[in-house]
Amino acid sequence: MSSPFRAAEVLALLALAAGVAGCDRETRDSRGKPLPETGPSADRLDPRPAAYEGNAFQIAQGQRYYAWMNCGGCHFHGGGGIGPPLMDSDWRYGGSMRQIVDTILEGRPNGMPSFKNRITEAQAWQLAAFVRSMSAQPRRDALPSRGDEMSNREPLSLSEQEPILKTTPESDQAKPR
Amino acid sequence: MKRLLVFLAPMALAACDGIQSTTGGDGWHSERFNSLFTLFMVVTGIAYVLVLAFLAAAMLRRRGEGRDGPGESEAPDEGGVSRTLVGWIGFIALGLTVLTLGSYFADRGAARAAANSALEIKVTANQWWWDVEYVGATPQATMRTANELHLPVGVPAHIILVSNDVIHSFWIPNLAGKQDMIPGRVLDATLTPSHVGEYRGQCAEYCGIQHAHMALDVKVESRSDFLRWRAAQLLPAKPPATPLQQAGYNYFMGRECSACHNITGTSANAQVAPDLTHLASRKTIAAGTLPMTRGHLYGWVADPQGPKPGNNMPYIGLEPAELHAVVAYLESLK
Repeated sequence: MSSPFRAAEVLALLALAAGVAGCDRETRDSRGKPLPETGPSADRLDPRPAAYEGNAFQIAQGQRYYAWMNCGGCHFHGGGGIGPPLMDSDWRYGGSMRQIVDTILEGRPNGMPSFKNRITEAQAWQLAAFVRSMSAQPRRDALPSRGDEMSNREPLSLSEQEPILKTTPESDQAKPR
Repeated sequence: MKRLLVFLAPMALAACDGIQSTTGGDGWHSERFNSLFTLFMVVTGIAYVLVLAFLAAAMLRRRGEGRDGPGESEAPDEGGVSRTLVGWIGFIALGLTVLTLGSYFADRGAARAAANSALEIKVTANQWWWDVEYVGATPQATMRTANELHLPVGVPAHIILVSNDVIHSFWIPNLAGKQDMIPGRVLDATLTPSHVGEYRGQCAEYCGIQHAHMALDVKVESRSDFLRWRAAQLLPAKPPATPLQQAGYNYFMGRECSACHNITGTSANAQVAPDLTHLASRKTIAAGTLPMTRGHLYGWVADPQGPKPGNNMPYIGLEPAELHAVVAYLESLK
């Protein structure tokens, strides 16, 4: 009489345990990864773009630093103003993770200052992940559900934007429109 | 049961520690609410004893004792029972009135105390530290410090409470009750310390993994001591005096440190991390996590993620020479 109920309970518990195992996705590495030698040839093997971009914590940290480092002073909340917009598909200096990190650390002509030695390289990667989240490029479940600022946009995690650019620079050249 | 008591007894005693105690009574509010608590204890204590006494009497008294039948025994007692009941109702009415009036006047008094404050301090909660700004009449008379609150004894201080990220709660148990700090809202509290001494505030709303390491050093001092401290804090930072301090200064100004920290009187004027202008004059570092010693400064600058993982100070990876220089400079910021 009671045995079918027992089996159902056990199954429910197993299903719950399987669900809990899924909670292991996010890891926080508060020190930042040791940096490999950088260079174009290492790009394909570099695990950092995917690691930073696919992690909600890293994107959220990037959002924090976006405000702290006054990126909004020129780029506003992604819509652009003094600096170019960050939420569209046009990238003057490339829209891959590494290219954005380079833009942040080295600066670009006509106004983008270099943040080398002002923020750490790990922070630049976090910032790049957040910049790419403005056009909903990272995976949906890592995207922030809302911005810190007032906004009339629907949450990024609900928006239907097509991926514009892949994380790696190879596909970057193809520039789908 | 005994084991449970052994566990519970230290928990009750923990609240009696001097610098962080809900029964400390070192502030106007704390004193008032302590006496209100005593009033409640006395009134409800009397009621409790009376109820137990009546219960015991009812259990000990035998129905129809010394008499033959139940019919005879009921009648003579009627008057006594009704008189006792009237007295009991009277006691309840009186007790509840006393408690209501007591809490009403304690609450109104606390609200009145907030109206005439002489000192305005803005406390901003961050994950996981306190930004403390003494608001002066002019920008020159305004200064910031972090994780340390100095208050003159007997002066009502109006504390403006805001939060930069998540919900925190401002709680200095020796002085007053807690007040939540909600992002996007401006709330306030009034502190009127009545005894000179050092106390410990603590974030009282879980705010992330380092919530426990979000403490606030509170120093209540005489009015003259407070004014002297405030005058010293208003001064810009001392310029570096030795070559080693100069090297630390150069590193600080040229590197990541100055992108977040402020040192008044230098080119480091960022506002998102604790103000370091008079860092070495403070009692602790990292929001009450570590005492202010040379060793802890070295440890903190070398790897902030070691003692307090998850905080927003990044690991920079200073070389030994740079570390010596930066710590020498930080130690000179008295």
